[in-house]
Amino acid sequence: MQENKFDIIVVGAGHAGCEAAAAAANLGSKVLLITMDMGKIAQMSCNPAMGGVAKGQIVREIDALGGYSGIVSDASTIQFRMLNKSKGPAMWSPRTQNDRVKFSLEWRKILESIPNISFWQDNVVDLIIEKEEVKGVKTSMGILFYCKSLILTNGTFLNGQIHIGKQQMSGGRIGEKSSIGITESLIKNGFQTGRMKTGTPPRIDGRSLNYEKMEVQNGDEKPEKFSYLEKIKPIKNQKCCWITYTNNKVHEILKTGFNESPMYSGTIKGLGPRYCPSIEDKINRFAERDRHQIFVEPEGWDTVEIYVNGFSTSLPYEIQKKAIQQIPGFENSKMFRPGYAIEYDYFQPTQLHLTLETKKIKFLYFAGQINGTTGYEEAACQGLLAGINSHLKINNKEPFILKRSEAYIGVLIDDLVNKGTEEPYRMFTSRAEYRILLRQDNADIRLTELSNNIGLASNSRLKIVNKKIKEAEEIKNWIEKTSVDPIEINEYLTEIGTATINQKIKINSLISRPQINIQNLININNNIKSELTKYKKDSINEAEILLKYDSYIKKEKELVEKIEKLENYKIKIDYNYDEIKSLSSEAKEKFKKIKPLTLGQASRISGISPSDIQVLMVNLGK
Amino acid sequence: MSIQYLANNDTICAPATAPGVAAIAVIRVSGPEAWSIFNKIYYQKSLQNQKGYTVHFGKIASVTNPADTIDEVLFSLFKSPKSYTGEDIVEISCHGSTHIQQKILEALVEAGCRLAMPGEFTFRAFVNGKLDLSQAEAVSDLIISQNDMARKIALNQMRGGYSEMLEKLRQELIDFAALIELELDFGEEDVEFANREKLIGLIDLICAEIKTLTSSFKWGNVIKTGIPTAIVGKPNAGKSTLLNALLNEEKAIVSHIPGTTRDVIEDILTLDGLSFRLMDTAGLRLSDNEIEQEGIERSKQKAKQAQLVLYVYDASEESDASVTNSIKALELSEDIHIIKIANKSDLNGYIKTDTTSIYISAKNKQGIEDLIQQMTQQFALGKEQENTFVITNVRHVESLDKAYESLVAAKEGLEQKISGDLVAFELRGAINYIGEITGTIVNDDLLDSIFTRFCIGK
Repeated sequence: MQENKFDIIVVGAGHAGCEAAAAAANLGSKVLLITMDMGKIAQMSCNPAMGGVAKGQIVREIDALGGYSGIVSDASTIQFRMLNKSKGPAMWSPRTQNDRVKFSLEWRKILESIPNISFWQDNVVDLIIEKEEVKGVKTSMGILFYCKSLILTNGTFLNGQIHIGKQQMSGGRIGEKSSIGITESLIKNGFQTGRMKTGTPPRIDGRSLNYEKMEVQNGDEKPEKFSYLEKIKPIKNQKCCWITYTNNKVHEILKTGFNESPMYSGTIKGLGPRYCPSIEDKINRFAERDRHQIFVEPEGWDTVEIYVNGFSTSLPYEIQKKAIQQIPGFENSKMFRPGYAIEYDYFQPTQLHLTLETKKIKFLYFAGQINGTTGYEEAACQGLLAGINSHLKINNKEPFILKRSEAYIGVLIDDLVNKGTEEPYRMFTSRAEYRILLRQDNADIRLTELSNNIGLASNSRLKIVNKKIKEAEEIKNWIEKTSVDPIEINEYLTEIGTATINQKIKINSLISRPQINIQNLININNNIKSELTKYKKDSINEAEILLKYDSYIKKEKELVEKIEKLENYKIKIDYNYDEIKSLSSEAKEKFKKIKPLTLGQASRISGISPSDIQVLMVNLGK
Repeated sequence: MSIQYLANNDTICAPATAPGVAAIAVIRVSGPEAWSIFNKIYYQKSLQNQKGYTVHFGKIASVTNPADTIDEVLFSLFKSPKSYTGEDIVEISCHGSTHIQQKILEALVEAGCRLAMPGEFTFRAFVNGKLDLSQAEAVSDLIISQNDMARKIALNQMRGGYSEMLEKLRQELIDFAALIELELDFGEEDVEFANREKLIGLIDLICAEIKTLTSSFKWGNVIKTGIPTAIVGKPNAGKSTLLNALLNEEKAIVSHIPGTTRDVIEDILTLDGLSFRLMDTAGLRLSDNEIEQEGIERSKQKAKQAQLVLYVYDASEESDASVTNSIKALELSEDIHIIKIANKSDLNGYIKTDTTSIYISAKNKQGIEDLIQQMTQQFALGKEQENTFVITNVRHVESLDKAYESLVAAKEGLEQKISGDLVAFELRGAINYIGEITGTIVNDDLLDSIFTRFCIGK
């Protein structure tokens, strides 16, 4: 029977929408997922890759919480690399190159396998809002759907405007309609909106490229995976990517198009990300560089389409074509379609609670680019949290908020809500103050139990992580109390070029040397081997990280403890700041706007001084 | 980052009486280790088994220099939870000189205390339930006013604009840290890598500058608490007459610091905005009739603690050679300023031979103008010549010391080739500590530095 009443409606089926729908449905809500095109579910609109530095950690966190981005990425991987492997373990970052079509199909398969999810292909044109509570949506076909809670994940579609040179067209992605009506409905309800801009490079026919002129970039010899689930295995076969470079000829040609560039003529008003600049922006801002790196990435297993990573542009098509053919390997390149820039509406995320519910309208949640973020991973994790929190809210349960010390997801949402953003927000490890704690190897240890407590992460997930915690502890203890003789180990120490030992020492003190890892010791020492081979590789790795970085981990945990005390001071959401006479009027305005839930959160609002916090704390009482 | 202080339960200290010179000042130490830390600078008996709410008397000295008594004080012990803050407390009643207070605070910090933030005692009192809500309003008003005052004081204290210099150092560190962060967040891209050798060089440079700043603290303190000035010379050279002449000078602003026996033990003489702390004036007041040998010893002692020595001699009796020898006998270190004063120029028979001396008649108040000019010029000139910055705030020194430690750890890390994220950990620490003085946050600055300087992003 076709129904029109649901617990939760999700508008948009991108990375945020898919995670939101899946999480809410898995928790038990009846969900309707509305998308303009069922064929575009979880579309990778930009580069066909997941993860990377800081983002890979987020994908692992999503997986640990019971989301699907990791599983879908693993299933559609064509190449896996662990980035930053030469640096400390907090920096190790998994990244996959993905089959764009397979990624989308895998997501659709998963959503279709969840009985609580219904689908509707249509365009939402208005929101039904009564007494500052959202009640449902109206579609372009005039159909009304009702819900207890609504999650908007509209990506770049809200009043999307595409630019290629002086050409302009309305659209949410190239060839797709934009979405009109939602922004207007929100503005009517008192929301503040802004414009953002992002761009994408041309797609090229791989058959027209000369790969001889490029450097090959292979995947890892021992590929890993995102998901902590044991049934998911790393891929065996991989595709390679290539690297090539622009040159002065390319730059000169591009410059001839600057006067027709929508970026420089002022046609584009939205602010683009500084860290993901278009090629024209790179040339303009960094004129001293005579070349820029270009990553040549295949779009999948069974396609010749190539993604030209690093050549994002909105210059006229003719200029794009001429310039790209000056790049080594691209001399005879044929385009599938040009690069373009897109402008879209976003809503300053300071209008949200930490649950991603809007402050103005109850039961309305925002996730993804609508909040001013960029990136699939950033969107997906917001969707997941919005899905979880909307389900908890309509069931009168406590909100699910991750702390900055618990997850990159916590850092991301905390930053958005407390600081807002003027340019598309992307995650970096440098945004996290507790970077050494937020590692990709321990996302499950950090988060799976929390998610299991609210009924999302499965018991089987929890079992895997509990075993890992227990084993790592055992390994750590054994290594800390067991010694090796010089005779057992010195030959090996000489071989790897580190100092030999004169007397029996604890294995622990050897592990702290950078050249030594547990796996190598297992390979060369029978005693160690017989004791440790029974353990899982994940557990051994975990123990090793805990041993090697013990002092730094401890130091960061101390910092967390200090700050956490401030998080224990709760603030009522309707707290009357006007009553505090000694609070500066600027602080009052900020507190009233952000509505912090804890003293810790209040302290992170930009422009708030320590004395404001002291005053607030004193007035909160005990 | 200074917000962290709020959540702390470490032991803190600060003057509890208003700044400025009074007969007695109270310094309060509060926190779980208040008694044991204080016991490190008060070593005459163990406080471990003492009862709360008792008053004691004794000498205190710094951990590093136990032989040098800072002051004789009265102190009261309070036991948690029945105390002002609800924590263990020691309240030290010391002599009111800002110099002495400063010395005691330094000694406490050295022994493991942290200087309290403005309003922190009151704040703890509230957190520990010692103040009720009706008092809260008043407390928060107080915090605001204290902070405002502290800010103004801090601004005034930044003599020579070392806040600017610190901001420059901090900016250099941020640029440096940004290079490391760049490697971490954008290592996959075509970015330039941080040159480790260069970075170590930069750390060395910054460390050296921090050291200069922290060692300027001593000098800064001198300016703030008065330039320690000793008047020395042979018996009957006219030292006490000179003291009185200086103190009675119309231009001078004089404040007396009383001692335990109600003597004046110090006089602060402010001339042209410069303060001179005339040391051990009690001795001079009593009499000028010392036995020669004792006089020399006494002069030596005094002169060693001084920054400025006024050597007074009788122009009609002492020869130039004798003066030179007498000064040599004082064994002064080179950085001590000396002014030779030929007194009794009113008497017949003096011969003006030495052009490096100032000729006065303390009795007739002749030549005092010249002397004052000489005194102020020596130090004013010094300030300009050195063109260095001077730190006068103990809290700033504390932050700089911590920044220094973090930088040393970062340098060691770089030398041992540890991973960039761990180096970054130490650098963030250093940047935060300096930021505690200049009042700024780190993370956004780092990203801004990265985005404006480097071409990154695919």
